[in-house]
Amino acid sequence: MKLLMALSGALFVFYVLVHMYGNLKIFGGVEAFDEYALHLRTILMPILPFGGFLWIFRALLVVALAAHAYSAFYLWSRARGARTTRYVAKQAAQATIRSRMMRWGGVALLLFLVWHLLQFTILKINVGPDAAGDSAGKLVISSFQVWWVVLIYVLALAALGMHLWHGVWSASQTLGWTNSAKSRRTAKATATVIALVTAVGFALPPLAILFGIVKGN
Amino acid sequence: MNLTLKIWRQAGPKAKGEMVTYPVTDISEDMSFLEMLDVLNEQLNARGEEPIAFDSDCREGICGMCGLMISGKAHGPEVTTTCQLHMRSFSDGDEITIEPWRADAFPVIKDLVVDRSSFDRIIQAGGFISANTGSAPEAHSVPVPKPKADRSFMAAACIGCGACVAACPNASGMLFMGAKITHLGELPQGQPERDARVVSMVSQHDHEGFGGCTNVGACSAACPKEIPLDVINQLNKDLRGALMRGE
Repeated sequence: MKLLMALSGALFVFYVLVHMYGNLKIFGGVEAFDEYALHLRTILMPILPFGGFLWIFRALLVVALAAHAYSAFYLWSRARGARTTRYVAKQAAQATIRSRMMRWGGVALLLFLVWHLLQFTILKINVGPDAAGDSAGKLVISSFQVWWVVLIYVLALAALGMHLWHGVWSASQTLGWTNSAKSRRTAKATATVIALVTAVGFALPPLAILFGIVKGN
Repeated sequence: MNLTLKIWRQAGPKAKGEMVTYPVTDISEDMSFLEMLDVLNEQLNARGEEPIAFDSDCREGICGMCGLMISGKAHGPEVTTTCQLHMRSFSDGDEITIEPWRADAFPVIKDLVVDRSSFDRIIQAGGFISANTGSAPEAHSVPVPKPKADRSFMAAACIGCGACVAACPNASGMLFMGAKITHLGELPQGQPERDARVVSMVSQHDHEGFGGCTNVGACSAACPKEIPLDVINQLNKDLRGALMRGE
């Protein structure tokens, strides 16, 4: 169960890094971003139909998400069942916030994911002034000109950073990769770097758009 | 020192418990925590009240029998067992909450005494080596490299007190189990049963109703013998290997 958690988590780590890199293309302007969005749908064409690779990848992510969430809730309920009488006084000795927020942080990320998909993939919610659905780049820029959208994203990214910080370290421990002092240091450093790079990398485009560094036209 | 103690009282395994407040006066700071409770119990006896039940045996920090949740910390504020905790770690006028270990795998028997036989069953599931008894073998017939012997010794320091379970937010017994896996896994004598050991110990652990590990590290922080978190990694590594080899 925990191996399932670690492996599905590892796939997400890989995915968010690629996703984050892709988002940075908005700094190249609307056209570069649209070209990138089109390219995602034409990878491996003509072997696969238009959008084929993207859909295969999405299916993989859904399976991993189901596995990750299922194992999380299974382990959570087992942990709750393991202590049905709670302590009157409890001091969490030396437990970091990031490790204690894994579960609620995970739920928050799941809610954010729903919002994020509705906004940018299924295109049901449109908050920006520019409702043009034909250009992904224009959609992104018009959405992030709204301050509270940016706020939601920054909060979600803080949660993601915390989740990855503990998650990457925790996964390497679960997979049994941290058996020496050196490998433990490496695992912790890797976790910190991945968490920081991801959170900051994702946060750059929305903030740049909000403060007018990247403009639509 | 004068203190206010809030202690969990529970008449029996099925009885409903509650926190009861007891003031204690003239406590010496040289007393151990358990001696302080002895003083309170003598007063309760003198008044004809039921004394507070708690576990203790050697009172020198090596047997693993004692264990109390003291103001939300397993074995109290110092890195040691409850019996080796002294009242100088507290200040005059303190209010101290005393609770039993809380885990469904450690049911309360009475007051502060919990049943830790689930740990025994985990050990019985695989925490041993099968060896013929009889005359002792020649000491140097099985060479053990120094670093492995050291790590094995470090893990063998576990006294099975259960503070790791008590401190864990998931009430997981992984540090206890990891210590045994590391202790035996580092030695040549532990090799023949290594794969079977980890699989059956983990299965017994889950069967007993302990929670899973989320690598928080509260166990290691509470451990009176300072068993490090990496024994859990060793456990995970052994388990992964054993599962891959089809154990």
